[in-house]
Amino acid sequence: MSDDEITNDGYDQALDAIENGEPYALECPDGHQSMPPRQVCPECGSDDLEEVEIPTSGELLSYNVTYVPTPDFSDDVPFVLGVAEFDDVRLTGRVQADAEDVEVGSAVEVGLGESETTGRPLVTFDLA
Amino acid sequence: MASAHIAGVGMTEFGEYPERTGRDLFGEAGGTAIEDAGIDREEIDALYVGNFMGELSENQGHMGPLMAKAVGIDAPATRIESACASGGMAVRQAVKDVRNGEADVVLVGGVERMHNMGTTGATGGLSVAADDLWEIRQGITFPGAYALMAQRYFAVHGGDREDLAHVAVKNHANAANNPLAQYQTEISVEKVLDAPPVALPMGLFDSSPITDGAAATVLVSEAYAEEHGLETPVAITGTGQGTDNLALAERESMVRTPATEDAGRRAYEDAGISKDDVDFLEVHDCFTIAEVLAIEGLGFYEEGEGITAAREGETTADGELPVNLSGGLKAKGHPVGATGVAQISEMTKLFRGDHVNSDAVEDAEVGLTHNAGGTVASAVVHVLEVAE
Ligand SMILES: [Zn+2]
Repeated sequence: MSDDEITNDGYDQALDAIENGEPYALECPDGHQSMPPRQVCPECGSDDLEEVEIPTSGELLSYNVTYVPTPDFSDDVPFVLGVAEFDDVRLTGRVQADAEDVEVGSAVEVGLGESETTGRPLVTFDLA
Repeated sequence: MASAHIAGVGMTEFGEYPERTGRDLFGEAGGTAIEDAGIDREEIDALYVGNFMGELSENQGHMGPLMAKAVGIDAPATRIESACASGGMAVRQAVKDVRNGEADVVLVGGVERMHNMGTTGATGGLSVAADDLWEIRQGITFPGAYALMAQRYFAVHGGDREDLAHVAVKNHANAANNPLAQYQTEISVEKVLDAPPVALPMGLFDSSPITDGAAATVLVSEAYAEEHGLETPVAITGTGQGTDNLALAERESMVRTPATEDAGRRAYEDAGISKDDVDFLEVHDCFTIAEVLAIEGLGFYEEGEGITAAREGETTADGELPVNLSGGLKAKGHPVGATGVAQISEMTKLFRGDHVNSDAVEDAEVGLTHNAGGTVASAVVHVLEVAE
């Protein structure tokens, strides 16, 4: 069985939701948000977690321009990788823009793309 | 609290040794440490081995028993894995054994074979210290993760690539005459800035190299040292560990390292010292920005102010607080699982006077080693002091 046939319960569904434009996080009664999969809230340990919508647009907190990749991204380089904040959760993903057009603080829209090397899905950020 | 006294240290040359296996490297470093300690192998009560990616790099797990025989002992042997902090965590286990009376003599070492994987392979191997789902599958690398921290630091606190370049220049200068260092060459700020990009803003010379190597040390109880007339001029008097979210994006801040802060605070408290007592440091400078975050996290600089320390000459060999007199991971090399033990080995020699840079810390009494795993999801700090 190849890696791609293994499902990652929680993660795969979260990616599907991003692809459908309805991303969600998990929230505990104290309002801590985190991305699945989770058995408990990483902040307080509560097991009372429910799915809550998060916005599709967020703010880019940082980015890099990757030239030396892992083997799964050998054909993708160079690419811009960023961390963006959506309400209380942050995601790492591919910024779909040229490095010179990107800056810390840029508004981004979350989406789903794929590795050019493996075809595996990944989180993407389009400049808004 | 009893101290763990350092009876001997050993380190292989760090560099590119594609023909040498992990067992070969560890056998040499362990043997050197045992010889340096002047003890009989049969006296060793336990062995801890730090290693991160033996399964990926040379199809080798379960290194405890293997490395015990590589150095010719049959004491209980355990491998410790915490990414690039594996070596420091192994030292921590050894210190605990000596302190709690479990053992009188412990051999602790670390080893990593990386160069045979090639650049892309080693980049992939190192990446498994990140979160598979939300980081590795998105294409993160370790240079990339530290580049994210650096870019965020520039945006929040200011500073630029030239400030960071001074960290690399300083650490290369410190390694220039260190016979065990991977890079024994000085470099200029221009060379750092003009180097090929790895993950901008991190360039080739902002990054520690891919390194093969091993390091080891023999720790003994004070009672054992006295009873056997061992020379133990340096002791580990404090140990501390901290943990944070594995994924960088899940941290409260991308420019602070709470795991380092916690590890440092616990180590100071354990040793009964304050940061003001510390004369010099070996910190985890896997990338230039990492050294900045380390000296801030350990309390020597306020958040946002560590970036100019190297440029201002405060952390150079002749500065107030020398940092990485060994050359650091940046220039001495970074065989990941060995790094935390190599810091102990180098600092012991710096104290003893048999290190090429010992003159820089002639009257020093307290030193600190700081070893971090991943994007500092793990950190371990040790306090070394001249023994009374
Ligand atoms: Zn909670």
